[in-house]
Amino acid sequence: MIVYGDYECPFCALTETRLVAAALRVCFRHFPVRSKHPRAWAAACAAEAAAMQDAFWPMHDALYADQGRLEDPHLWARARRLGLDLERFDADRRSDAVEDRVAADFRSGIRAGVATTPALVASGTVRMGVPDASVIAALVAGDG
Amino acid sequence: MSVLEPGVAAPEFTLKRGDGSDFTRADLGGAVTVLVFYPFAFSPVCTDQFNVYQEVLAELRDQGATLYGVSCDSPLAQTAFATQLGVSIEQLSDFEPKGAACDAFGVLHPGGFAQRALVVTDEDAVVRWSYQAPSPGDLPGANLLFDGVAAATGR
Repeated sequence: MIVYGDYECPFCALTETRLVAAALRVCFRHFPVRSKHPRAWAAACAAEAAAMQDAFWPMHDALYADQGRLEDPHLWARARRLGLDLERFDADRRSDAVEDRVAADFRSGIRAGVATTPALVASGTVRMGVPDASVIAALVAGDG
Repeated sequence: MSVLEPGVAAPEFTLKRGDGSDFTRADLGGAVTVLVFYPFAFSPVCTDQFNVYQEVLAELRDQGATLYGVSCDSPLAQTAFATQLGVSIEQLSDFEPKGAACDAFGVLHPGGFAQRALVVTDEDAVVRWSYQAPSPGDLPGANLLFDGVAAATGR
């Protein structure tokens, strides 16, 4: 299952907790909507920069865990806490490679018809909005 | 009543820009235009819709298309809406006579507001592509904008 999410979106954070609780395996793609969430793009780049030091998921979890703190100093604090090379993290998150990666995720979402977050793509269906218990149950059963 | 079909010439209409000037059928000529009809400024779905469309605006511009938001809200309400969202998509008002342009395009909801619909016209102001959402609460993805622009540019 593919999840399109935005680290500044509270509904995405709620979705994340439900997916984690159900132990569903997900492929996460960035869908930062800047005019709605001004720090979403920077947060997505931070996750990709952490990925370059093999720490995508720890950074992903750290971003969702505290959505009220997404300014640069907060990103640096997370990187430090995760034991990342801070200088490299800061250079990477502003790099073209990371920007391109986030932009490619966003474009793939647009092409798939994602119009808002969160969006779950499973079995060829795009489902937008927070999944309720019946949706989670269907996804766990593999017929979502 | 439903949205105008491809191949039909755009009707005569008059909408108001934010500065109070008229936007008419003549303004459609010469370029590919996407009219984004939406029910209400500040409603949740319209907010999500314009936030996402803003993200692809530059890409659509590169393809030669210009986007406009169209609703029956007053120009002042539309301007406040776009400003609050931080969206640069120009807004056109169908406030008075209310809904006349929406009616001409076949997208006036019986409740007196615009259906959620997309209309793409070519350089000759002929409709090349159109889409009406199954209900005003359904949000058309930005992928449809690209489909519509491709239909109008032949790319």
